[in-house]
Amino acid sequence: MTESPAAASNAADEAIRIENVRRSFRSGGRTVEALAGVTAWAARSRITGLVGPDGAGKTTLMRLIAGLLLPDSGRIEVLGVDVAREPLAVQGRLGYMPQRFGLYEDLSVRENLDLYADLQNLAPGARAARYAELMHMTGLEPFLSRMAGRLSGGMKQKLGLACTLVNPPALLLLDEPTVGVDPVSRRELWQIIELLVRDSQTTVLFSTAYLDEAERCAHVLLIHEGRLLGSGPPQDFMAEMSGRSFLATAPIGRRALQESLAETAGVIDTVIQGGRVRLVTAASADPQAIAAGIAGLALTPVPPRFEDSFVARLRTRAVSGERRPTPEVAVTATAGATGGEGKREAVISVQHVTRRFGPFIAVDDVSFEVARGEVFGLLGANGAGKSTTFRMLCGLLPPSAGALRVAGFDLRTAAAVARRRIGYMAQRFSLYGDLTVRQNLTFFASVYGLSGSVQTRRIEWAMTEFALGPLLLARANDLPLGFKQRLALACALMHEPEILFLDEPTSGVDPLARREFWRRIGALAAGGVTVLVTTHFMEEAEYCDRLLIMSEGRVLTEGTPDAIKAAARRAELPDPTLEDAFIAAVGARGAAAA
Amino acid sequence: MWRRVLALIRKELLAVLADPRSRAVLIGPPLLQLIVFGYAASFDLNHAPIAIYNQDRSLASRDLVARFSLSPTFTVKRVLSSGRRIDALIDSGEVRAVVVIDPRFTRDLYRHVPAPVQVIVDGRNSNTGLLIEGYAGTILSDFSRAWSASHGGDPPPAVLDIRALYNQTLDSHWFIIPGIVALLTQVVTLLVVGLSVAREREIGTFDQLLVTPLRQIDILLGKGLPGLIIGMGEATVIIAATVLWFHVPLRGSLAALYLALLLFVLAVTGIGLAISALSATQQQALLGAFLFMVPSIILSGFATPIANMPPWVQWLTLLNPMRYILVVVRSVFLQGADLSSLGAQLWPMALIGVVNLAVAGWLFRKRVI
Amino acid sequence: MSLSSRRLFGLMRKESLQIGRDPSALAIAFVLPAVLLFVFGYGVSLDARHVPIALVVQAPDALTASFTGRLNRSTYFEPVTYRSIQRAQRALAARRVQAIVWLRSDFTRRAESTGNAPIGVLVDGVDANTARIVEGYLQQVWANWLVAEARTRGRPAPIAVAEEPRVRFNAEVRSRNYLVPGLIAVIMTLTGALLTALVIAREWERGTMEALMVTPVTVAEILLAKLTPYFLLGMGGMLVAVALAVFLFAVPLTGSILVLTGCSALFMLASLGMGLLISSAARTQFAAGQIAIITTFLPAFILSGFVFDIGSMPTVIQLITHLIAARYFVSILQSVFLAGDIPAVILPNAAALALMAALFLALARARAHKRLD
Repeated sequence: MTESPAAASNAADEAIRIENVRRSFRSGGRTVEALAGVTAWAARSRITGLVGPDGAGKTTLMRLIAGLLLPDSGRIEVLGVDVAREPLAVQGRLGYMPQRFGLYEDLSVRENLDLYADLQNLAPGARAARYAELMHMTGLEPFLSRMAGRLSGGMKQKLGLACTLVNPPALLLLDEPTVGVDPVSRRELWQIIELLVRDSQTTVLFSTAYLDEAERCAHVLLIHEGRLLGSGPPQDFMAEMSGRSFLATAPIGRRALQESLAETAGVIDTVIQGGRVRLVTAASADPQAIAAGIAGLALTPVPPRFEDSFVARLRTRAVSGERRPTPEVAVTATAGATGGEGKREAVISVQHVTRRFGPFIAVDDVSFEVARGEVFGLLGANGAGKSTTFRMLCGLLPPSAGALRVAGFDLRTAAAVARRRIGYMAQRFSLYGDLTVRQNLTFFASVYGLSGSVQTRRIEWAMTEFALGPLLLARANDLPLGFKQRLALACALMHEPEILFLDEPTSGVDPLARREFWRRIGALAAGGVTVLVTTHFMEEAEYCDRLLIMSEGRVLTEGTPDAIKAAARRAELPDPTLEDAFIAAVGARGAAAA
Repeated sequence: MWRRVLALIRKELLAVLADPRSRAVLIGPPLLQLIVFGYAASFDLNHAPIAIYNQDRSLASRDLVARFSLSPTFTVKRVLSSGRRIDALIDSGEVRAVVVIDPRFTRDLYRHVPAPVQVIVDGRNSNTGLLIEGYAGTILSDFSRAWSASHGGDPPPAVLDIRALYNQTLDSHWFIIPGIVALLTQVVTLLVVGLSVAREREIGTFDQLLVTPLRQIDILLGKGLPGLIIGMGEATVIIAATVLWFHVPLRGSLAALYLALLLFVLAVTGIGLAISALSATQQQALLGAFLFMVPSIILSGFATPIANMPPWVQWLTLLNPMRYILVVVRSVFLQGADLSSLGAQLWPMALIGVVNLAVAGWLFRKRVI
Repeated sequence: MSLSSRRLFGLMRKESLQIGRDPSALAIAFVLPAVLLFVFGYGVSLDARHVPIALVVQAPDALTASFTGRLNRSTYFEPVTYRSIQRAQRALAARRVQAIVWLRSDFTRRAESTGNAPIGVLVDGVDANTARIVEGYLQQVWANWLVAEARTRGRPAPIAVAEEPRVRFNAEVRSRNYLVPGLIAVIMTLTGALLTALVIAREWERGTMEALMVTPVTVAEILLAKLTPYFLLGMGGMLVAVALAVFLFAVPLTGSILVLTGCSALFMLASLGMGLLISSAARTQFAAGQIAIITTFLPAFILSGFVFDIGSMPTVIQLITHLIAARYFVSILQSVFLAGDIPAVILPNAAALALMAALFLALARARAHKRLD
């Protein structure tokens, strides 16, 4: 599997050849090793996926390949040319789309194309035909004279792609083109790229943090913390996991089931998926033995996913001690929050809420309720209105019409005391980066009115519960992403809130950290804490008890993940994923509107 | 409530002092300004290059030339033997003035007719031009008096007996350096307060603050008071540097100075909070601070007197808190003022402070929360 | 380094389109200089005219009246009569008057018997510059009074030497005439540096620079495409500033437009070069703005000689002033406006500007490479 790359490839087929590349950066007095000796290759006329969580080193590798950075050591050959030595020769044959593609937002679609046509030396005579082709491919024909800044997120990505393709490149580098793009546009982008490879034999290097996208690539480079964890066709990754993935059901609740399975020997991964639990077993484990351990457990074998193999590799590394020590922490339900299952009182209630920004209607007559102890997900693409709804619930924005109640209060007008009952974890784990872990904890404890022995007790709780003890004096900015997320959650839980608001809580963190996070959230919900999550990440949605999918400010559909998936079941799609369901819901709405 | 505000203040101070970028804003520009203003910004004239065209060549005229050469104000760069190059020397900027001694100089002296001495000054910089005229006039009248005394001419009926109060040697550093106390206090306070909300907005922690049980007033205080503390700290450092390093005398009441600085910093904090409330990014906040700072320094009397401005601009300066604190700082340092004589400066600052803080509070409510 | 005209023109067209659509570039080029010039032009003045002074005459008579009459008639002073020296001193302490002229009760007796009767003058020394100018004015008034007094009495002039001041250029000694041209230099330093530094930092922030860099475009093309439109924009801003100086502030423009334009172009290149250098160090608009203000505006204000005399500064600081482009441009502007095209001033300063422009642009070129680190 982790075969010697040189042996597996033959030089004529290689578009990119990376030999033992190291690269580190200095930040704030520390040296961070972004790439710790990577050796890999990418084949011509194929899509090679560069897959890994945020901070794995994907962007650094892309930039090295594009000649924007020099390696500290090692060598990169692109299309037979040493990039470090002759960057311009490579750049002439390269299309590169950086993470936030540099569109000039105050130029129109056509002017952006013109600029890149000039820069890539496309003769004026050839332009009309090429533009027509690109616009047809991306579906941007009707918007040729629109300012790029006024396109939607998905359309911007497509225009960015079109700009890099004006003069067809031999090699296309795409750095996380699908981040922040709604599932519909994501599929369209993939279709464009697959078409491109088929028709023009372009070589594509596609980086992504979405592990499911790895399955669409011809070849995958899996990187984590600056090292190559594996490379090869995704089927090879998955084949190694065959017979080890199951969906489990049992007459106990899904969270209780997940807890017991996680404790069972031979189980290396458990993930809640709707009403069931998906589990992956260790290579040596016997499924029968696992099933026997839990009363009434039924295991259905399912095809392996790429993610299973990633998790398996991470677990192995953790065991062999190769990985940076991330102490496993036991998840305990927090004390304090009372109540339990059964009581269905609505803790969050949204009635006919509308929010306008000038003539633009961001949220249009939205209503829903969330019961105590429920994990409720707000799903939607960028600009669907979920963030606006979320901000209104937190009291950060007043609604234009309608009523919002959180624990019986409108947080915008309620006394400050009412806000003691909620916890809030913002996107990107907004911490005070220059403050130490202890200073962050103390600060949030103090503003929530904890003092004296209560404060000391809670800080100690956070230290042990989140294993932050050894890092108390580290600056928050210097923490690895997973620890930042833990600290942010610890800060939000200092005052034992009844209601927890989470804004895209696990985007970009590695799968193990994400699993740990959601187990914790599950435990909190079991303890009676109500959790409201916004996300455009379908993975996260699976963990929710109920979901609300929004599009263009309206509610598209509401229900449990299983119900939503069931509604999208068709003959040609017998087992739809949440993403399929989402696309179907958006499509149905588009059809209804037309 | 105070415990929460204190936690906020503590966090704010920690954040400002731990972030290398904001630490640079607090230490870099003030130090630079103190050095530059302290040493470079001066209206005093030293060693101004001049030329002398002595057409008389007598003992008396040589005595006069010697008086010019010995003056620390002037350096006699050229002694001319013909008048042809006078204009060229001035035009090229090689000398700032030319002193022309008439051929009849000695004859007129003995005939008790005022002997003409022409001082041709480069007017491109009218201020130094005027200063040169003034210094040259002093040298000439000293010579004149000495000549009359030793050659039995009638003494003039009256002589000027000039004394400068508060700053006997008329050292313009004594004017500029105490002004820096006010200037830097304003710069630092404005930047600390003005950028603080925008910084939190950029990293996303501001929303987090808003969902905590902190009330508007808590946040307002938590954002304003650190600026006050840092501003007063900065003022203290610069006052110390003014006295200990630049040796400017501190003659008046330190308590009065601090009271006035407190009112001033409050007024500036109000402006900083308003900038904070209006800007979404640190860049906007910086721009806002700059747009306020430049006119407020120029129209404060920091470098040039308010009395020289057109009347409508003079009216405008009444709204500028820096105008008042500059008077206070200079009065306390040089004139030895105490609280009783500063009332006229204190109440406008207090009034401006109250209005600023009220407006800032209103903007906060409207724009931030 | 090969330049492709297609790439270059493509980039320039993009830059011009953006300037047309983005108000911030136009604001920096035209509004910022105009506003600053306006504020400074009205706010900065060293002309002490109508200075309020206190007159204390303890025994008024014909002789004192002839002296105070001269003070009253002078445009320099606005005398206010106080009845006692104590009251006058209180007015001085309270800044209501700038100086006190005190004729004691035995003034006339001493003047007519022994001579050398003291005219007591107390000047408020807090504002040392104004104090000196007031002293100078008083000396002139006094000297003129002595000569006139002697003439009316038919006696020889009591002073041996008479100063005949003559001011070359700027004959009415208006400080605005030299401050406004100097200001243009100070303001355009900031404008030039801000224009390029902010615009390039914005490309970094929005990620467009990274996308540009992987195209076949060369560094020289990127720099040239930035420089050309912003050079024209900066020259436009300069034109606005010069027009304001001439038409609003009535500063005479003695020299030729040609010399002014040529020198402005050199200065603008130096300024834009400085901006390019800043942008190679700062990748965010926030940092670029901060660095531009600290490294261009403040030094240009203090160390360019536009208001504070360079010759009077300590030697070390005088050496530093040679590194500041505005210093040379201030000299040129003050001469071109007030004195005309004087080669002895223009040539060395223009040469210095050209050298600085070349240096900054070469440094910017050397520091810019198509790499992110």
